[in-house]
Amino acid sequence: MAEAFKFELVSPERLLVSEEAEAVVIPGAEGEMTVMADHAPVMTTVRPGVVTVKPTGGGQDERYVVFGGFADILPESCTLLAESAVLATNIDREDLARRIQDAREDVEDAKDDASRTKAELYLSQLTTLQGAILPA
Amino acid sequence: MASLKDLRNRIASVKATQKITKAMQMVAAAKLRRAQEAAEAARPYSERMGAVLANITAALGEGGDGPALMRGTGKDDTHLLVVCTADRGLCGGFNSQIARLAREHARKLIAEGKTVKIITVGKKGYDILRRDYSRQIIDRVELKEVKQISFVHADEVARKVIKLFEDGEFDVCTLFYSRFKSVISQVPTAQQLVPTVPPEGDAAAEPAGNAVYEYEPEAGEILDDLIPRNIAVQIFRALLENVAGEMGAKMTAMDNATRNAGEMIDKLSITYNRQRQAQITKELIEIISGAEAL
Repeated sequence: MAEAFKFELVSPERLLVSEEAEAVVIPGAEGEMTVMADHAPVMTTVRPGVVTVKPTGGGQDERYVVFGGFADILPESCTLLAESAVLATNIDREDLARRIQDAREDVEDAKDDASRTKAELYLSQLTTLQGAILPA
Repeated sequence: MASLKDLRNRIASVKATQKITKAMQMVAAAKLRRAQEAAEAARPYSERMGAVLANITAALGEGGDGPALMRGTGKDDTHLLVVCTADRGLCGGFNSQIARLAREHARKLIAEGKTVKIITVGKKGYDILRRDYSRQIIDRVELKEVKQISFVHADEVARKVIKLFEDGEFDVCTLFYSRFKSVISQVPTAQQLVPTVPPEGDAAAEPAGNAVYEYEPEAGEILDDLIPRNIAVQIFRALLENVAGEMGAKMTAMDNATRNAGEMIDKLSITYNRQRQAQITKELIEIISGAEAL
């Protein structure tokens, strides 16, 4: 059994999760990363995606959908500050569809290349996310 | 002198008013509890945010060049005031206190020859400031139909602020809101948003001594992402504190109103009874003197 560490998922409205976990999969800006105890200190931004928490004691994995944010990883703890976070089972598909629609408009409205690249990236992340949770 | 019927009507109307103020007081008390819970639930996020921000700033070092939003434009000519107030009145001096602070600030800046622009959040602030600064108000946000303030609303305001900054519309941005000190005490507060004021004292010193972080992507890029979000978080916190403060102020104001109505009813009842007695006595005297004359 792997060592446990403290995982916290915080959204601006409230503290969603504060528990001991064995491993947490975070959709980092530069790829997914699994955080376990004694991880080197890392600060990363988070793209829209699914966070999977493997709780101690071998319970069922918990999946949360986050829309951007950043994670503060220390050897003994991991704090994920999410812009908005919900349980994957409670995801509001219409809300997601609306976000994708907004992102599409952003891409069209983008004035320069830099902002267009940014908007397109965000859009692709959202559609990937939609694909990932649709069958659930 | 008012007639007996007038007095009766008066008492009835004051009683009706008292019932309303009492109900409003109880509603405010219930909402206050909810608002306080919301403000407390939001606290971990803004605390962590502050810690992370301090961490990165420390990592970048003093001379590091953060994003423009953090450094400001280096000028001090145009000031943007974001004034957050409530959407409803009947809460004592709550709104006018915030507005007064903002107005004094604006007057001072104008006297120094600076340009002032104002964004109001909440209807009452707009109503009050419109009188003196209608030309300076460039935008307003109303949250009247919103039941529970969520981060989305704060983000909306933050986006406006950031857009204005990117368009070079202002140099310094200050946020006005009411800090919730306790149920009976709300302190109108001005907080500078842009350029970012480094967190003072312990908060800045403590995390700096921590482990060496790796950044993914670069620290600077994270900061680019973080600073706009920080503005939204600050506004969100201000809005939540405002709601709690508004409810606290409303509760106190309505408590006073209920008590005043009670006093008024007492006074009116005494006048009413006295007058009724006087009339009875008068009628008796008339009867007796009539009988004696026979």
